[in-house]
Formats: sequence, structure tokens, C-alpha cells
Amino acid sequence: MIEPAERLSIRLTINGRVVEREVSARRSLADFLREDLGLTGTHVGCEHGVCGACTVFVDGKSARSCLLFAVQLDGATVTTIEGLTPPEGLSPLQQAFCAAHAMQCGFCTPGMVVAATELLEKNPSPSTEEIREALGGQLCMCTGYVNIVRAVTEAAAARRGHAGVAE
Amino acid sequence: MKPAPFRYARPRSLADAVELLASAGDEVKILAGGQSLVPMLNLRLARPSVLIDLNGVPGLDQITPGSDGGLAIGALARHAALASSASVMERAPLLAEAARHVGHPAIRHRGTLGGSLAHADPAAELPAALVALGAELVLRSRRGARAIQASEFFLGLMTTALVPGEILLEIRVARQAQGWGFAEVARRAGDFALAGVVALVDRAAGSSRRCEFARLVGFGVGDRPVRFTAAEEILTSGDPSAALSRAAAAAAEACDPPDDVHASAEYRRHLVAVLTEQAVSQALERLDGARPA
Repeated sequence: MIEPAERLSIRLTINGRVVEREVSARRSLADFLREDLGLTGTHVGCEHGVCGACTVFVDGKSARSCLLFAVQLDGATVTTIEGLTPPEGLSPLQQAFCAAHAMQCGFCTPGMVVAATELLEKNPSPSTEEIREALGGQLCMCTGYVNIVRAVTEAAAARRGHAGVAE
Repeated sequence: MKPAPFRYARPRSLADAVELLASAGDEVKILAGGQSLVPMLNLRLARPSVLIDLNGVPGLDQITPGSDGGLAIGALARHAALASSASVMERAPLLAEAARHVGHPAIRHRGTLGGSLAHADPAAELPAALVALGAELVLRSRRGARAIQASEFFLGLMTTALVPGEILLEIRVARQAQGWGFAEVARRAGDFALAGVVALVDRAAGSSRRCEFARLVGFGVGDRPVRFTAAEEILTSGDPSAALSRAAAAAAEACDPPDDVHASAEYRRHLVAVLTEQAVSQALERLDGARPA
């Protein structure tokens, strides 16, 4: 039978790259990304699951990286804001955030983009109410919500227009 | 805001998990979805020396429809799975609705039914729904398995009937009553509710009476899910729509809500009356729709 340990080796895929490390059991995924891997796009706000700034994708679903320990993710696939950003430039959703002035201090933006990405993948034509519901767990302490909702609305419209042209 | 050091193990079988739990001593916590436990660790409100992660045990998240019309739900079934499962929506729609009201999408992807029950926050939706549904919980330890009614599982504020060495393994519910309602008030969507009420009503096929069975449970209004038995009797003893306001008053009378920075006890009691009317009205409408009188 396995014994509980204070340090463990993990192997996981982050933004398409396989990463192997030995980590302390108490290391959160958020701190693992930022401190051990230098992926500082994931922001750490409240550290108890309330603010949503640290939201990333774990095995394709959004999750709070401050509420997961890195040791839990042996074998998992993680995508952060860095993984959602093209090698050059910005994704259409990120461009929409810029165009709509949907960031003030920018602290909540990575989590907002992760949550909005998930919404648009599930629901290409969200209503304003559905956008607000999907982003309800992401706090913007600048209270810039109006422009954030506008950015997602416009990104959704652009996505649909683009798909229409492609067809 | 970092947890105190702990040791961690991820057993690959239930037998290993049970053994680890038995041998790890008193300072052990089980990690399921971690959406309540990890905040407590980060805030150092809990400082276990060992965490046993159940996520490596295969099959604990299964939702299995039984031949009796009920459901057997593994303790690691996620809120998102309960909210979207066709068999839960068909056999226990109240449970699916309660799961939709827990937190936000990222929380519902990780949080588990068993974790919510074992955490036993009195303002949580799922414990109240399971008390209303008359759920049976299966607990497992080195000594074997035992079953306990949900209504007997919750002993007080964040206190359950789980004893050291026990794992909450499975939740069993029978096919739900046809009429059901869910109502809560929270400051923001996804917050813990200031108060909430779940309602179930039913009657036998062909019965001339509108309601022969009623089950009302409140959350956020006591130290555990609170059943409103006096209000239930009012609903089943006459025309329930005429008795609605009397039942609502009886429910408000029966609870002893907390008085804190979020809301006064008096306001919460007022909410219980309003929410009872809303939940019962929804339930009666669904019952009438399901089986025209």
C-alpha cells in the first residue's frame, strides 16, 4: 500500500508540454504554475476560491487553481491563459477585450478570458444573462463588468460571423 | 494563505483508501472535490497532517439508475454531473436543480455530492435536497459498511454522523415525488443562500385529494437542514393551495435562523415564509401538470 508523503513526483501536460517535477504536497496548482514554471499569467487573488482570478482549464474544464494541489494533477492536462494565447498576437476573444476596453487594472482578465472561452465553446450565442451567469464567479474589483460583458458579446458575434464566412 | 504542511496519498482502490484512513490517525482529512476543504486549509481553519485523495479510486463518481426507479450516486459525483445527468433530471429533478445553485461553473466542475454532505454547511443546498428526498447514505470503514438516513446524518453545524475511519461512499435516493419546488435568496448568484426552501408534494393516482404527501426542508435557517413538519401537516390536511399562507407561517415559526452580518434572524424568518410559498406553489403546479386532477 502507498504511504502518505510530503513531497511527490508528478508528470502532467501544461499548454501542450509535458512537465515533470517533484513538488511539496501543499503546493497549490496556482503557485506551481507561477513559482515553479514561471507561468505568471495565472493570477492569484483571494487564495480561497472566491475571486476566480486563478481559473484555468484542467482536463478541459474550468477550475480554480488555488483550490487544487499540484500533486492531485499527476497525469492531468492543464491549459492556462498562456495556452489560450496564440504564439503571436492575441486570440479574437482577447482582441475583443482590448477593443471593448474590458480591462482596467487587468488583474481579473486571465480568469475572465478562461471563463468566457469555456462559455463560447459551449454556447456560441449567449444572451447577456447567460454571459453574466457564466462570469458570475469572476470578480473584477475595478467593477468593469459592463465592458467585459460587451467584449464577450462582441467576440461571440465575431465568431459566428467568421464561421458563417467559412461555410 | 498557504496551507500548513501535510502528507498526501492518492489510493487507487477503495480497500487501500479505507486502510490508509484507518492507519493515518485522527489528524486525517479526506479530499474529494476540495471546494470547501481547500479554502479551510488555506485559511488554516483546518490543519490535518494527512490528506487522502479519493480521486484516484475508480468508479466513485458513477450515477447509476436502479431497477426500482431510484438512483445510486457515488460520493464523488460532481455538481456539474448531477445538474446535467439525464437520469438525475428524470428521477430526482430536485437534486439536479439544487446542484445548479451551488457556486459557479468552475466550482461545480470539481465539487462533489459526498464532499458537500460531509462538509455539512447548514446553508448548502444539497444536504437539504437529500433530507427532503429521504436519501440513504452508505458509509464505509474497516469495520464494514453501514447505511444511515440523510435526516440522521446531519448532527449540527458542520458536524455529521461520520466517525473516524469512515468514508461516505454512496447516496441512494428513491424516485422523487412528482411535485417539487426550489426557492432561495442569495445576495449574488453563486453565493451561499441567506435562506432557501425545497418542497416535494405528491398524491396517489386517481386520488381526489390534491396533496397526500408533503416534505418541506429549509437551509441557511438553522444549524443543519431543517424539516418543517408542522407546515407539511397543514398542506396534507386540507386544500393545500388554501393552506399555503398558514403553512408558510408555520415554517417560519419552526426555524431558528442565524443572525449575522449577512442578514438578521428576523429577515431570514421572513424569507422562509416567502420561500415556502414559492417552493410549494412550484411543487403544486408541477404536480397538477404531471397528473391532471
